[in-house]
Amino acid sequence: MPQNSVIVSHIGKRYRIGAAPASYRTFRETLIDTLTKPKKRLHGKMTDANSFWALKDISFNVEKGMALGIVGRNGAGKSTLLKILSRVTEPTVGSAVISGRVGSLLEVGTGFHPELTGRENIFLNGAILGMKHGEISRKMDEIIAFSEVEDFIDTPVKRYSSGMYLRLAFAVSAHLEPEILVIDEVLAVGDAEFQRKCLGKMSDVANQGRTVLFVSHNMSAILRLTQETIVLEKGNLVMQAPSGEAVDYYLSHGFSQEGFREWTPDEIPAEAAPFVPVAIRILNYQGDISDTVRSIQPFSIEFEYRLDEPITGLRVGIYLISVRGEFIFTSFDVDDSARFEEFSVRDKGTYISRCVIPADYLNEGRFVLGVNASTFKIKRFFHDEQALVFHVDGTGAPGTQWPEPRTGLVRPRLSWEIEAKN
Amino acid sequence: MNVKNVPEAIITMIQPSKGWKIVDLKELIRSRELIFFLTWRDLKVRYKQTILGVAWAVIQPVMTMVVFSIFFGGLAGVPSDGIPYPLFSLAGLLPWQLFENSLRNASRSLVTNRNMITKIYFPRVVLPLSSVLASIVDFFVAGPILIFMMIYYHYSPNIYALLIPYYILLTIVTAFGVGLWFSAMDVLYRDIGYIIPFLCQLWMYLTPIAYGSGMISNPKLQFIYNLNPMVGVVNGFRSSLLGVYAAVPVQSIVFSSIISILILVSGLVYFRRMEKQFADLI
Repeated sequence: MPQNSVIVSHIGKRYRIGAAPASYRTFRETLIDTLTKPKKRLHGKMTDANSFWALKDISFNVEKGMALGIVGRNGAGKSTLLKILSRVTEPTVGSAVISGRVGSLLEVGTGFHPELTGRENIFLNGAILGMKHGEISRKMDEIIAFSEVEDFIDTPVKRYSSGMYLRLAFAVSAHLEPEILVIDEVLAVGDAEFQRKCLGKMSDVANQGRTVLFVSHNMSAILRLTQETIVLEKGNLVMQAPSGEAVDYYLSHGFSQEGFREWTPDEIPAEAAPFVPVAIRILNYQGDISDTVRSIQPFSIEFEYRLDEPITGLRVGIYLISVRGEFIFTSFDVDDSARFEEFSVRDKGTYISRCVIPADYLNEGRFVLGVNASTFKIKRFFHDEQALVFHVDGTGAPGTQWPEPRTGLVRPRLSWEIEAKN
Repeated sequence: MNVKNVPEAIITMIQPSKGWKIVDLKELIRSRELIFFLTWRDLKVRYKQTILGVAWAVIQPVMTMVVFSIFFGGLAGVPSDGIPYPLFSLAGLLPWQLFENSLRNASRSLVTNRNMITKIYFPRVVLPLSSVLASIVDFFVAGPILIFMMIYYHYSPNIYALLIPYYILLTIVTAFGVGLWFSAMDVLYRDIGYIIPFLCQLWMYLTPIAYGSGMISNPKLQFIYNLNPMVGVVNGFRSSLLGVYAAVPVQSIVFSSIISILILVSGLVYFRRMEKQFADLI
């Protein structure tokens, strides 16, 4: 019988609204509350009105040596689940049994001190991650080599570039060699080269028979690195299945099927302000909202949003992504430099950015639409790589006289010529 | 949370914690390397990018001594139990600064290290503990200046100086206990950061640093005054070091010890109760 590394049973986590991580109370508020409403104290009972369940009755097992993917939309509870499993926070109800040391890449660079040198930080960070002094000394050379910062290893890390800092931090985490590795979107950071290295290290870990829990929005990484995947939706576990099946389910059920998506306040992170996403819609050739468009007709995508404050240099754009997670293109509404000049400052108010996807461009199949609102190199206000899924119907597209699937994401109508040479 | 060792692997049980357990000693012992490294980090970093470096550990009490000697000893003529005023105040300032630095650093330790708390599990109590440990070093760095002053004024310790390690321990225990309270409260109420400097100042004047405790003569007031464990500690430290004692002040030692331990235990309990919410609230 296979051994389980992780057994999660009926875990739930309730957060208090208002005293949730984003805000904390001042002493005065508590003093006044204590005096005026002696019964309603900070540590009083949580009720349904002042709290919400970030996770509800989650149960699953992970076999030893298996890589488990965890997928879900923003706010589905993925990070909360990882925090509970790495013991950062306690569950409100339920329990979990974990066999083996848990290491997580949530904490790349945790405890790094800018005044200490690279070498000193390796020791400190190693100790924080639970490595013994001897273990760190033994792996020191290996860690330094992996981080590629040999020349600066005795320089305070405050003099490092952000890339060097990140590489060093990842190098320490990567050498922790835990029995269970927890990874949350580490791929979102660093340059392409470094991301490749991270992915490589992760597949090494997975191949060494260690247990991996991997949270990602990148479906292709999930499919490549994990055997099984669980799907979280609003705090509930809706599916545990082989990754292919789970990703398929997630992409077809996790999303609005109506051809539009509206954002509710709890789906918008606090750091998005003053940018407020409202909705994204797919409009077919006839101008109706639809989740299916035809390959041979143009269609448009409109993104509606509100600015609570004027933003300078804002660019709002879309990503088109395949269901396997490959990016097909990225496009911003002010890619045209003349338009960028015209909209250099956007006043507060509601806007719609609309673009047209030409006819004869996409192959049939399912596509994922992402959105991004940012200012170049300053701030990324809002970002959702899975805002919406839509279908492209290939009827009438080039080559449909042969009833066979065409490989490739695009299906352009190219002007072929056939020249007979004789 | 219970952790037990089995031959093959570590089994960790994750569940909501219950009960009034004071501190998980086993876990704390397992974290000794972490405590060591955090203490070492605090020490390494403390005087970075300063010109005078560790000399600050000496300059601070000496400058305060000079100020006290001018204003309290000189201008106000505060009695100093027959001891030359500079020596009298310095012998009080050293244990006091040990207390104050430990308390300040411990109280801010959780919020300062919030990124560690929100990202990784470790027994949270190592943060205030290691900041207290790091503060002890300054005390020993400043120690020689006091010895130098004793030689200058021809004071020498007698046999009761053997009590000094115990007084130092009491100082640390009290500071750690108060630090536990404040660090846990600081997670919820950032007001603590503003209260502490004021509180330290007030507490210092409630402790016989700048004046001798002989000035409090009303017996009722004296009892309240002695509730401050630092009164016994500072008086004891000064008297034993300067050889003023004729007998062991058993009553004062026992009284201060009881209060320190009460502060420590209540601090541990409060910290433990709040601990599970740190990552969510900080």
